Amino acid sequence: MRPVAAAGNGSALRPGFLAPVADSQQVFRRVLRAMSEPGSLQNIAVDLAPPAPLDRATAALCLTLLDFETPVWLDAAADGEEVRAWLRFHCGCPLVEETDAARFAVMAAPSEMPALGAFPLGSEAYPDEGTTVILQVPSLESGEAVTLRGPGIEDCREFRAAGIAGGFWKQRREMEALFPQGVDLVFASGASLAAVPRSTEVRF
Amino acid sequence: MYVAVKGGEKAIEASHRLLDEARRGDPSVPEVSTRQIAEQLGLAVDRVMSEGSLYDRELAALAIKQAQGDLIEAVFLLRAYRTTLPRLGNSEPVDTAQMAIRRRISATFKDIPGGQILGPTYDYTHRLLDFRLAGEGGDGSDGFAPGEQADPPAEEPVPRVVDLLGREGLMEEDCGPAAGEEPPTDITREPLRFPAGRDARLQTLARGDEGFLLALGYSTQRGFSNNHPFAGEIRYGSVAVEIVPEELGFAIEIGEIEVTEVEMVNQFRGSAEAPPQFTRGYGLVFGHQERKAMSMALVDRALRAAELDEASVSPAQDEEFVLYHSDNVEASGFVQHLKLPHYVDFQSELELLRKLRAEFEDPPAEAAE
Amino acid sequence: MAEQGYNFAYLDEQTKRMIRRAILKAVAIPGYQVPFGSREMPLPFGWGTGGIQVTASIIGRDDTLKVIDQGADDTVNAVSIRKFFARTAGVETTERTEDATILQTRHRIPETRLGAGQILVYQVPIPEPLRWLEPREAETRKMHALEEYGVMHVRLYEDIARFGHIATSYDYPVRVNGRYLMRPSPIPKFDNPKMDRSPALQLFGAGREKRIYAIPPHTGVRSLDFDDHPFEVQKWEDVCALCGSGDSFLDEIVTDDRGGRMFVCSDTDYCGRRREAGHAGPTSRNGEADGA
Repeated sequence: MRPVAAAGNGSALRPGFLAPVADSQQVFRRVLRAMSEPGSLQNIAVDLAPPAPLDRATAALCLTLLDFETPVWLDAAADGEEVRAWLRFHCGCPLVEETDAARFAVMAAPSEMPALGAFPLGSEAYPDEGTTVILQVPSLESGEAVTLRGPGIEDCREFRAAGIAGGFWKQRREMEALFPQGVDLVFASGASLAAVPRSTEVRF
Repeated sequence: MYVAVKGGEKAIEASHRLLDEARRGDPSVPEVSTRQIAEQLGLAVDRVMSEGSLYDRELAALAIKQAQGDLIEAVFLLRAYRTTLPRLGNSEPVDTAQMAIRRRISATFKDIPGGQILGPTYDYTHRLLDFRLAGEGGDGSDGFAPGEQADPPAEEPVPRVVDLLGREGLMEEDCGPAAGEEPPTDITREPLRFPAGRDARLQTLARGDEGFLLALGYSTQRGFSNNHPFAGEIRYGSVAVEIVPEELGFAIEIGEIEVTEVEMVNQFRGSAEAPPQFTRGYGLVFGHQERKAMSMALVDRALRAAELDEASVSPAQDEEFVLYHSDNVEASGFVQHLKLPHYVDFQSELELLRKLRAEFEDPPAEAAE
Repeated sequence: MAEQGYNFAYLDEQTKRMIRRAILKAVAIPGYQVPFGSREMPLPFGWGTGGIQVTASIIGRDDTLKVIDQGADDTVNAVSIRKFFARTAGVETTERTEDATILQTRHRIPETRLGAGQILVYQVPIPEPLRWLEPREAETRKMHALEEYGVMHVRLYEDIARFGHIATSYDYPVRVNGRYLMRPSPIPKFDNPKMDRSPALQLFGAGREKRIYAIPPHTGVRSLDFDDHPFEVQKWEDVCALCGSGDSFLDEIVTDDRGGRMFVCSDTDYCGRRREAGHAGPTSRNGEADGA
């Protein structure tokens, strides 16, 4: 891969999508499928060498969904000079310090994440302003099993995500009472992704 | 057998050929050039640029030519083109106080600093068909030496009349955003929300249909709302457009555009907190379009009813009604979509109506109780 | 091959991203109308610009597109939209419902049941189900927020009091997943049951009104009704004159000015394929009807 520009610290800035139009379309369809069929695993097949600590799926989601209209909050693990420079160059997204200003949140260490309620949940009138939270996890095949029910799921579906904070699912379950307000979760691991939108009931 | 819906593709192609023919008209008459349109149908070009939200005389002229002079269709062509353009940057606000003025009048003071400048206007023409224009070369330009041109553009910046009133404290403060406030909304990127900010309102009115705004503005003068407007100032001329490139950090001029600006002065009784003072209605459009800019200013003022604690009872004061229905590209599309087939809905209604008629004529037992 | 000079599928990438984000929120909140920065398209507002923007934002080179208007693939508007995507995206198009990965429709849902992985994109003229009852957006938005849908039930009940049954035959209101009241676009109520628990993803685009909404697969979609007046769909006494189908939506064709008429399937793909398979209606060559 060829570097495209120098980052602030002098190291080479890693490239984004090689074929931006086709790659972002492909990744979008995977995340659309993931959101439409909560808990189902989707694999992305784009060539990408993202800056550490971002996995390919996490980085691909950023390139596909973020731009100057989407304030982004990064957790401490994701928030490094290289990631910042990469996001600024390829997405042009504003990076915000406060969780309550985030349209998107990107977490590389969800085990230490802030409470889900710290992010905007949208209003009763405009629930779509609820944050999309991208959680990068070590695996989508291990971890505590939860059962998902709701739109997009024929009967029920089992879902696992490793490396998330204790009490995470309890928090998420409590948020169900606030529907249509809420946050939408997208899990990323390696080249895989899955989603748990706010409409999904989580039981464990 | 029913075949009317077949052959859609061929029908469309044939229709496009017929349209080309109709546009060209009699081929023995010379073709009109976009340059001629830009130069000689300048006011049509101004309207299309304004409502098309794109300042480009050549493209607007092309759109007018392509649309056979149907200005709303031309506006649509320009908008559809505009939407494909990348956004390279945002300009600084234009400063109309620095305008190179071609025409400037005030109906509120007999004389004003900078003077009344009549400029080019139809206002005092007698509306008699000028048959000299019907013949070639009869446009009266022959014996017209450039030196005789009346009212050359004013050299010095001319202060705005409303600012003169403002100095006396009789005019409300400019209600534009102060430094450090949120940047203005962009109605081409974010759909309207209600109550809409004045930024969204003025943007919507600026690209709104002239006829619609004219009628609404007129209605406010006939008692449908409570405006008492004075034309504080109408000015037309060119202003500089500047951008601040990130790498430079200071403003550079990228060109000039012609605009018409209108400040309407309206009465306001004042309140417990505010002393009595005049209120503003504002209009700003591309090119030379006084009728549009004045209508815009009247409607802007009418729409401030809620903000100024006035009863909102008339169509022109109804924010949703005005802002949702002022865009002629949207309105034209939706009115004309009725030309599309509605066989299925109609069939559904027909079936229902027949059933209701049958029941009306022969009521079922349970409904007849 | 896609036309030069414009981006793939016409829209620029920033616009696609904005629409894609809106689509994801629409899917996450089934039936809720997400405002989006709808763009002017080279086709007029009211002629499918919402559906076109949704399709343009999801479509890729591997997709196969089907476009129908009134159930037919070859009405001029369907032809025009299909051509637009063939030109700007260079994608394959089809008339066969089951071969399409994306289906854009105006006013119908195909008779052939859609499957998992397919996406049905509806063109929507007026997305707000409460609009005829309350013209103001500021009000209807509150009504959705508070789940205040009583006025719609009252309206339907007034029909019953007046006519003996609900007098809405198309664009019949539904509740999505027990929460949002939704307008299904002007499809005949005949098609409403097809939306319920469909394995396909359903996306709705209203360009002029700048709203996108969605029904994820396997989502409950209930047409409003009353215990004593359950929802029911249209039925015809006739069968399709061409293919003999007795269970598809029929268009009425006026054949003369003396009251002559016949009925044919509105879904041209469904009808044509039935005829290929040997089915025939009363006016086709062998003059024998089957079905019904």
